[in-house]
Amino acid sequence: MSEALLKVDSLNCQFSGLRAVADLSFSVQPGAIKAVIGPNGAGKSTLFNMIAGVTAPTSGAIHFAGVRIDTLPTFRRAELGIARTFQNLQIFREMTVLENVMVGCHLHGKVGVVKALLRGRALRDEESAFRDTAFALLDRFNLAAKADVVAGDLSFGQMKVLELARALASRPRLLLLDEPAAGLPQAEAEHISQIIADLNRDGMTVLLVEHNMRMVMSLSHDILVLNNGQWIAEGTADHVRRHPDVLSAYLGETEHA
Amino acid sequence: MTMAPAKAAPPPVSTSPSQIVGAPSATSPASHPVRRRGVSDRMRLLLLWLLMLLVPYVAPNSYVISLGNLFLINVILIASLNLLMGYGGQISLGHAGFFGFGAYVSGILDVKLGIMPWIGLPTAAVLTGLSALIIGIPALRLRGHYLSMATLGWNAILLVMFNRLIDLTGGPNGLLGVHPFSIGSLALDTDIRQFPLVWLVSLLVMIAILHLLQSRVGRALRAVATNEIGADAVGIDSFRTKLLFFVLTAGMAGIAGSLYVHVNQYASPETFGVNGSILLVVMVALGGSGTYWGPVIGALIYTAVPQLLLDYEDAELMLFGLGMLIVLIAVPSGLAGLPATLIGRRFGRRPS
Repeated sequence: MSEALLKVDSLNCQFSGLRAVADLSFSVQPGAIKAVIGPNGAGKSTLFNMIAGVTAPTSGAIHFAGVRIDTLPTFRRAELGIARTFQNLQIFREMTVLENVMVGCHLHGKVGVVKALLRGRALRDEESAFRDTAFALLDRFNLAAKADVVAGDLSFGQMKVLELARALASRPRLLLLDEPAAGLPQAEAEHISQIIADLNRDGMTVLLVEHNMRMVMSLSHDILVLNNGQWIAEGTADHVRRHPDVLSAYLGETEHA
Repeated sequence: MTMAPAKAAPPPVSTSPSQIVGAPSATSPASHPVRRRGVSDRMRLLLLWLLMLLVPYVAPNSYVISLGNLFLINVILIASLNLLMGYGGQISLGHAGFFGFGAYVSGILDVKLGIMPWIGLPTAAVLTGLSALIIGIPALRLRGHYLSMATLGWNAILLVMFNRLIDLTGGPNGLLGVHPFSIGSLALDTDIRQFPLVWLVSLLVMIAILHLLQSRVGRALRAVATNEIGADAVGIDSFRTKLLFFVLTAGMAGIAGSLYVHVNQYASPETFGVNGSILLVVMVALGGSGTYWGPVIGALIYTAVPQLLLDYEDAELMLFGLGMLIVLIAVPSGLAGLPATLIGRRFGRRPS
């Protein structure tokens, strides 16, 4: 087994009396699609926010590619190669679709104020490289025709894809997806699913939190099941599907639903 | 795995709902007609400024040209505030204070130390930027309106200093004996001689703002203003970005101050009060906050209206306030957005 890309060790998160995540350890191998599932209130979002840098853990450690990240601000984690999408969308609504993706290229640029002011070759080269990268991504996701549209005018499904394109523009090593299918009709969810599978085939490591069971089961190599902030099972789709604790805690309810 | 995606399948146009993610596009990067606003805005800027060069010929009258100089200095002030406020979402209520800081730095260096204005101008820019750095580091760490409050306080402190440090500033009587810029033995001491300099510096500042906006740092600024959480997620250090532009725009105000003091050969405290800072914010909003051309319109209003109302000084403030209310209600994007708003009303939102 190669070294884990993401390693979570005895992570705890306590909100005044409530233990949202309790003594959780797991790892994500490079090239894997790992899903975190669990009933509402299981601590999935808290876990996700701790990895992304939104919530600080009470104790424990998170390592990414050997670097301890749990005390770093979000933008430093992005510099190390962690990109994310948001369940409730955090796109730049007043900027164009193209600009949104070009902002995603930010980490791969070097042009600062002085070079921008001089508008020399460095700036022009960087702008055209960013533009090419952005268009390649927009083409891949069928959004190129909307390049000059203000992002706030897109449909919800298009915004989800745009946010994914923006995350990919930073050329991450780990993609964190917070409910990528939430709020989408089945057909669009399948489209997102297809995109994630394609990305993973190209080598992208993915960690996702998702409610859509069909998506999780078909996509993931490895599933971590949480309940009440605690680890209850981990393994392949078949393994967790048959696990008695999972059935009682989670799948039992949804399969009858 | 139940889902085994077909290898090298074409974009899932037929298998997935392509209408959801936009019209199927078979275009390649090269074939996209990217609207290069930069080039056209730059051309417009050059054309407009070239047209302004005609002013001394069309109206060879010292009053008109002195207004032209004032207008161009106001362009620098309002355009720099617009960069911070309109594009960066950070409202400074101390821009007139920074303007005054630059004016007094350059003026005092000249009057007290005999340092020529050509050195005073960059020094004013750097020191004004530095003062913004000192205020910005604590104020910008906090989210919310702390920058507005900190700059408001800074402006109030500056005003007291301009008034009270009489040995340096001349106090309420103003700073007297400021020298004009000079080229060799030619002193730029008339409006017509000053015009080319002010014209050039204002053009350079407008170009600088355009270049910044069309670069990685400018996009980062807009991203932070639009959605700080999203900007954070793509690796933008929002604190540094805001601080950088706060310092840069204060430096630009310092440049405007240096021009002002050597053009008028005088500075007095009341020009740089909180009132002025608030009016500058109003002008950014009136012209069109976050639009490239808005500040030019704002500067035009800021320069012209007081001239038209010379005898009714109190009416001026009322008029500005009223004007802002009307514009913000009728054309929220400011006067620069008026054509688009009118066209939109006429053709866009026709009921079917």
